[in-house]
Amino acid sequence: MLEIRNLHAGVEGRDILKGVDLTINAGEVHAVMGPNGSGKSTLAAILAGREGYDVRQGEVLYNGVDLLEMDPEERAREGVFLAFQYPVEIPGVNSTYFLKAALNEIRKHKGLPELDAMEFLSLVKEKMKILELREDFLKRPVNAGFSGGEKKRNEIFQMAVLEPKLAILDETDSGLDIDALKTVAEGVNRLKKPDNAQLIITHYQRLLNYIVPDVVHVLFDGRIVRSGTRELALELEEKGYDWIVKHEAVPA
Amino acid sequence: METTTLAPEQMKEADPFIAAFERFDQERNEPAWLTGLRKRGMERFAEIGFPTIRDEDWRFTNVAPIAKLPFQPVTEPGAVTVPLKQFNFMQLECTRLVFIDGHYAPKLSTILPQPKGVRISNLAAVLAEDAPLVQKHLGQHARVDQNTFVALNTAYFTDGAFVHVPAGQIVEKPVHLLFLSTSQERGSASHPRTLVIAERGSRLTLIESHVSAVQGEYFTNAVTEFVIGEHAVVEHCKLQDESPQAYHIATQQMDLGKACNFISHSFATGAKLSRNNIYTHLGGEHIECVLNGLYLTKDDQLADHYMIVEHASPHCNSHEYFNGILDDRSKGVFHGRILVRQIAQKTDAKQTNKNLLLSDNATADTKPQLEIYADDVKCTHGATIGQLNKDSIFYLRARGIGLETARQMLIHSFAGEIIDRIRCEPVREELDQVIWDRLEENPHVGGSAGV
Repeated sequence: MLEIRNLHAGVEGRDILKGVDLTINAGEVHAVMGPNGSGKSTLAAILAGREGYDVRQGEVLYNGVDLLEMDPEERAREGVFLAFQYPVEIPGVNSTYFLKAALNEIRKHKGLPELDAMEFLSLVKEKMKILELREDFLKRPVNAGFSGGEKKRNEIFQMAVLEPKLAILDETDSGLDIDALKTVAEGVNRLKKPDNAQLIITHYQRLLNYIVPDVVHVLFDGRIVRSGTRELALELEEKGYDWIVKHEAVPA
Repeated sequence: METTTLAPEQMKEADPFIAAFERFDQERNEPAWLTGLRKRGMERFAEIGFPTIRDEDWRFTNVAPIAKLPFQPVTEPGAVTVPLKQFNFMQLECTRLVFIDGHYAPKLSTILPQPKGVRISNLAAVLAEDAPLVQKHLGQHARVDQNTFVALNTAYFTDGAFVHVPAGQIVEKPVHLLFLSTSQERGSASHPRTLVIAERGSRLTLIESHVSAVQGEYFTNAVTEFVIGEHAVVEHCKLQDESPQAYHIATQQMDLGKACNFISHSFATGAKLSRNNIYTHLGGEHIECVLNGLYLTKDDQLADHYMIVEHASPHCNSHEYFNGILDDRSKGVFHGRILVRQIAQKTDAKQTNKNLLLSDNATADTKPQLEIYADDVKCTHGATIGQLNKDSIFYLRARGIGLETARQMLIHSFAGEIIDRIRCEPVREELDQVIWDRLEENPHVGGSAGV
């Protein structure tokens, strides 16, 4: 589904990703772990199409197509979803209006009929239960005045409604208390299907107690220095990133 | 501060107004108190003339084009050549007073049956009677020394609205004042004067719209005085949608009584140059006062909002929210002064002014000012000038929404923040539509410029 080959990228003349290789197949859950400044969020931003990053080398294929050539909205319509580390507050844009517009853009792209207000409402009400969201949630402006936990839940709620093929979760666990973390993780697990994939980007292992990855990658200084099973995450948790730093010379 | 010594060119510009006054006043045959009031207005105007950009309060707004207009008071209403129903709020079920070029048009007006004691009329009709209530209030709130345009209006007004809601009475349907200009003659001027008295515990929704049937370089100089009693709940909504060549100056003076709830909205979409002076005096405890406004400008329009919120009593809340969407070479000006008197402890005063520039040539001048003499208060202000937030655009695009749609959604939402504060639902819906339509007409809203 996703093939990242020798990706070199940076921002404002600074090199951040220095040759990332990563392949994700349908049905898989991958975790990318790494310390601050390793390039985790840059990787997420480049996959989603945020402006301001220069890709200097390498390529990213999404279902065989050059992902980097696509506008952010095209990627979303093709099934790429980024759960933001810092979801943006948009006062004045109603949540229902926003999400219905997004869903219908994606449906249009797939050649499906647009949902009317009633159909949309019954769909979202069902999805809201998964994330334990309050009813008045849809009447509020997008993320405006939401707590950190509400914002993160909203991201996963949007993911539930939009049903992406490739979901990238950028530090979704940061700022969540344990209950919210469980709710979010359960939501993510319920959305897992044989034909979609998830890329979990995280600093800490704790989210991986609830979302069990098939593969764990360690990103360090712009490169994936190790890949392994879930045990790698546990080992990292125990020994800390210093352990990787010391063994950095050893190829993954 | 306004100067007291007139420069020679200011003198010359004020001259025609001064010269014509005596005859105007003599022909009117009015009671002595009113003649006296007018004379004081004229004296004040003669003393200070038109402001210049050397006056701090007019630094960003040059009214020289108004001063240079020929002196053309509109002595009788022009013919209405367009259907009135094309104007906003004309489909609204309400009491409506229509003024053509500042003159009352009874045949075009509708006054719904009102509860006992409620009086909604044109001001001239009330002045023709023995009117102690008008005598008591007219010119006592918006005083001639407030600014030069109030002085000029006081000298020259011929009509406007009079709304009196006695204690405890509720005016169910909104009251709409339509001020329509029909004159294409350069400099033709009208000075509508409105007095609103909402006594203790009363309720009122007042809509004021200033529109034009022609493209004309006319001048509107409106003054509205509000006297709001204890526990009264009043909503005021003003739409300034004058001809794109016109000049519009308006002053609203609000005297707010204890525990009243007052909200005033100002929407400025028209006129080449407009200035809205809003003076609020919070003269009792536990007042809730909101001033809310939106200006949309394009070409070389200038829209200026100037306000003073004076907290003269403890435990009051005031909030000003003004957003501007500025295109082409246009200019938005915001000047918000919060004045907290020493007695006004536990004041909670907030002010925000946000400006969205759709073109590189548009400008916004914003001047927040806090003047606080009490020590136990909460006062905040914030101002922003900028383009659409890139993070917001990306967030929307990352959900599948196209760039143009994302931009439109954000611009609409910027306006929507203000529109959403209108409490009267049909008015809110209509203004939402007006603003939406104006934004849709704008090629820069749908296009890719600016980001």
